[in-house]
Amino acid sequence: MAVLLEADTPVVVQGITGKEGRFHTLRNRDYGTNVVAGVTPGKAGEDVEGIPVFDSVAEAVEATGADASITFVPARFAADAILEAADAGVSLIVCITEGIPVLDMARVANYLRGKEHVLIGPNCPGLISPGKANLGIIPGEITKEGGVGLVSRSGTLTYQIMNELTQRGIGQSTCIGIGGDPIIGTGFVDVLARFEADPQTEAVVLIGEIGGSDEERAAEYIAEHMTKPVVAYVAGFTAPPGKRMGHAGAIITGSTGTAQAKAEAFEAVGVRVGRNPTEVAELVEAALS
Amino acid sequence: MDLLEHQGKELFERHGIKLIPRAVAASAAEARGAAGRLGPVAVKVQVQAGGRGKGGGIVLAKTPEEAGRAARKMFEDGFNGMTVTRVLLERLVDIERELYMAVTLDRAEQRYVAMTSSEGGIDIEEVAATRPEAIRRAAIDPLLGLKPFHVRRLVGGFPEDARDGAGALLERIYEVLITNDATLVEVNPLAVLKDGRVVPLDAKVTIDDNALYRHPDLAEYASAFPLEPTEARARELGLQYVKLDGQVGIIGNGAGLVMSTLDVVQQAGGAAANFLDVGGGAGADVMAASLEVILSDPAVRSVLVNIFGGITRGDLVARGILEALERVEATVPIVVRLDGTNAEEGRRILADAGHTRIVPAATMLEAARLAVEAAA
Repeated sequence: MAVLLEADTPVVVQGITGKEGRFHTLRNRDYGTNVVAGVTPGKAGEDVEGIPVFDSVAEAVEATGADASITFVPARFAADAILEAADAGVSLIVCITEGIPVLDMARVANYLRGKEHVLIGPNCPGLISPGKANLGIIPGEITKEGGVGLVSRSGTLTYQIMNELTQRGIGQSTCIGIGGDPIIGTGFVDVLARFEADPQTEAVVLIGEIGGSDEERAAEYIAEHMTKPVVAYVAGFTAPPGKRMGHAGAIITGSTGTAQAKAEAFEAVGVRVGRNPTEVAELVEAALS
Repeated sequence: MDLLEHQGKELFERHGIKLIPRAVAASAAEARGAAGRLGPVAVKVQVQAGGRGKGGGIVLAKTPEEAGRAARKMFEDGFNGMTVTRVLLERLVDIERELYMAVTLDRAEQRYVAMTSSEGGIDIEEVAATRPEAIRRAAIDPLLGLKPFHVRRLVGGFPEDARDGAGALLERIYEVLITNDATLVEVNPLAVLKDGRVVPLDAKVTIDDNALYRHPDLAEYASAFPLEPTEARARELGLQYVKLDGQVGIIGNGAGLVMSTLDVVQQAGGAAANFLDVGGGAGADVMAASLEVILSDPAVRSVLVNIFGGITRGDLVARGILEALERVEATVPIVVRLDGTNAEEGRRILADAGHTRIVPAATMLEAARLAVEAAA
């Protein structure tokens, strides 16, 4: 059993007829993901390689029973797309889109507060349960089914670490990119709780970066609630304060959000912190042996 | 995007906030002229940084000549290494008391937070660390907005005769934040004048870059920011670039991987000259533009290209690099590390090309070591 995403999870793709949406939908389906519908307003009745297209998420859900959505729509429409999926009753909403205004996401996050929907992202690569299903843009080829749960604010850096694990023969239960924006739907703590409860997951890798305080919260949570070993990595030790390092959320504000503070928070609760991606894989190998 | 003080104040005025008479000057002569109209003034350097008061960035001038001299010195000397192209002149006023007021995004709570303190004019982070009880806070749900009960609580710690003025101002500040997609609007100090008026003396406004598409007027403010030449070139080409202090030029794909690369270079004993993320699916065009930017930085003594091929295939990246090197002359060694999808084929393509400047590396750590050695 993986977390959030299983082989049979029925998926609707928002923005399926766009270039990115179409490309990744077909990749995900080839991997084994149960893609049952797509949505592009005004294109109802068409299909993408046999996947029926609807005008709205509500119609797609009614016709196909989709219970997860993935959103590839452009930034200015993405917050609306997330709300539409929530309104249609979809349980898992994954938003890949980068560049959504933070005010839009603040409104979305407060609307979703206390509701049952799980939002992953935005500005994230999605999630993959190796051997079962892939929902997003993570390259399935570099993963392997196994016992390591991986959660990260980054995309490519995650692939790097996944690849190093796979090359050592260490498989993964689910890999979740939670996104690099200042406001995201699901944070480290939510994912850690799911990995702790998941029988397939034996150890967890957490990949953080500068900005915000989600890593510090994760460290507190690990100290109080996690029995499984956690290995952490934090990117951005050499990042200057006040500069946005690629991700909208990767910025040191005043004296908060430094990599140093985050690594210290982990180490203070006994979480091993790798100095580079290779050392992370070595620490995981040691933790599992 | 951090606005300059005078830009923030312009925004304040658009939202009906009353300010002290002021003028912006781009030369010493303009500053002298403006001071002639305003009377005794504070001459304030316009840079995207704090610490101006302590660092000599605010000079009081009694006469137009003094104002002109102060401005000339600011234009000539810059401020903490930053270029100065504008100064703000503001009429001197009699200040009774200095307060603090701000509204900002609270990432952890996914809300906004409004803050006030009767201890204005000083470093608020220091107040927060040493005497947190001196700051009043209220979490604002963006679906609900700033409500009268928030305002009453927030201004409740201010001197009684300043509360009405401060409350009205706070409502405007929140409006500035929401209608302009700001993530921070900070007034420090907020002055209570001898005549009872409550006016912002400073204005610190940060606009969400992701929202600039719906604020073309604000996007234009960016043209006033002095940019280092390499940074300006990177911006023209639409690259995610940040200039740093070291000698190893960095190109990578993905913000996290690039940050990690900077760290690994430091661990190898070097220092990165920049952050540059080419993003996903970078082809020859983006690669060429990136190399061009990096090589135009005179500080760069070696380049480290660190690419992890996910959906981007390693063979295509390798071809992109070679194509880029046909367009841009490599003047320093370029260490290339390719990993992930089709990486072996990519490495073979690079090896077959036998380009004299390309130094292949098998791992990220080896690449960092080679690039640091080459820059030494």
